Amino acid sequence: MRRSPDSARDFDAPPKPDEARVGRIFREESGRSVASLVRVFADIDVAEDAVQEAFAVALRKWPDEGLPPNPGGWITTTARNRAIDRLRRESRRRELLSEVAVLSPGRDDRGVCEEDEPVPDDRLRLMFTCCHPSLATDAQVALTLRLLGGLSTAEVARSFLVSETAMAQRLARAKRKIKAARVPYRVPEDHELPGRLRAVLSTVYLVYNAGSSGAAEPSLCSEAIRLARILATLMPEEPETAGLLALLLLTESRRASRTQPDGSLLVLGEQDRAQWDRDLIAEGHAIVRRCLRRNEPGPYQLQAAINAVHADAATIAQTDWQQIVALYDHLLAIAPTPVVALNRAIAIGEVLGPAAALALVVELDLDNYHAFHATRADLLQRLGCTGEAAAAYERAAALAPTDGERHFLEHGGRASRVTV
Amino acid sequence: MPQYLLSVHSVEGETREPMTDEEMQQSWKQMQTLNEEMKSAGAWLFGGALHDPETATVVRISDGEVLTTDGPFAESKEHLGGFYIVEADNLDAALAWASKTSAIVRKPIEVRPFRAAES
Repeated sequence: MRRSPDSARDFDAPPKPDEARVGRIFREESGRSVASLVRVFADIDVAEDAVQEAFAVALRKWPDEGLPPNPGGWITTTARNRAIDRLRRESRRRELLSEVAVLSPGRDDRGVCEEDEPVPDDRLRLMFTCCHPSLATDAQVALTLRLLGGLSTAEVARSFLVSETAMAQRLARAKRKIKAARVPYRVPEDHELPGRLRAVLSTVYLVYNAGSSGAAEPSLCSEAIRLARILATLMPEEPETAGLLALLLLTESRRASRTQPDGSLLVLGEQDRAQWDRDLIAEGHAIVRRCLRRNEPGPYQLQAAINAVHADAATIAQTDWQQIVALYDHLLAIAPTPVVALNRAIAIGEVLGPAAALALVVELDLDNYHAFHATRADLLQRLGCTGEAAAAYERAAALAPTDGERHFLEHGGRASRVTV
Repeated sequence: MPQYLLSVHSVEGETREPMTDEEMQQSWKQMQTLNEEMKSAGAWLFGGALHDPETATVVRISDGEVLTTDGPFAESKEHLGGFYIVEADNLDAALAWASKTSAIVRKPIEVRPFRAAES
């Protein structure tokens, strides 16, 4: 913890954070507080507003008085007291307040729960509520970032390049539905868990991909990793939570080397592997090894394992492509999607050559997917069919979702090998 | 307790394999069993299948006069085929009843919460 020169004179004074640091701490801690207050007040808006108010108080107090010993506990307690004050003021909410008293007997008398009292972690329930299948995917993503990620509505809006008004409406509509239809605030039972957990994992993965593809703010990548960490910590009995975390860490390890300063893309074979983040790779590898020992593979764990093999190789030529093909075989067996089949074909191309890969690729029904045409183009190029390759690159560029990818494809993909 | 409307929607002209007598019998039995299950769980409030939309009549007030006309209210391809009103703790519980119903009638079920009667 860094101290400002002022406070360094007094060794007993708590560290005095600046505004940016208060913001960061708040973002880290607010998900837990919102989740805890949703449980107590059974109302997302009440919880959200109260935590927002606590943030305003923290911004006023912390830079002067220093950080409280347990910032998370402080936020929850302050927010809870603010919410109770407000509910007392609003007579129309009397009924709700009496419900609160029932939910947390005894606490109301003291007015506050002690700051250092352990705060139960309700974030998992909140995640399942935010990612309930009755909500539209974009609403799931927005709610998760707002309520669990602690992003402001403006930040969520900016992340997805939509106006703040539009994002506020999307969030309000989703919260209204949760309230009206009584979307439950609970971790699903075992028999429902596989499907429901898939929705949670894919929401976090969507957040990551939005950040890494350039479709949204790159800061979403670290938000996604933070959410994946929380999930892996809170659901250690579900191996796919670890799989997702490992996948994100390993993908993140090479994100910086994927783009050049001018924003153009570098494919796997062109990246400077010395730039890959070794700490992230080490952490990702450790998780993948634990998953392998556990031997309950799932789509995220297998994708993480594939990325771990890439991270292991000193050069693209030294990559253990046999191993990658074997992992894709497994992945295709449990997740038979055309996109997985496409990636498997690319790996097969590295082992058996472009003709074998092309034979598999042309069978796929992915005509509207830019990577399908980019792969076809690359394979055709390698087979010497320059004219057909150029046409395929053109089609790929027309379908590319971001400028970086479009630019890359318009320039013939630089005879790229692997488009991972 | 929260109440939900579970409505069965049919799309006009969407032909499915006609049921054999045996299948009709079986489906009817399954519906009876589901009704009993809903009742014994305390979820069942009301439910039933409707006649075709051609049997519908619409009443509206026009210039202070009651105007009665033939036909369904909305000229649409989708029609309400029947519905349940159930009581359930939360949406997940209502969705569980909807899933069971959908499996029997082989049609999509829309689940909508009622506004609370009080307040």
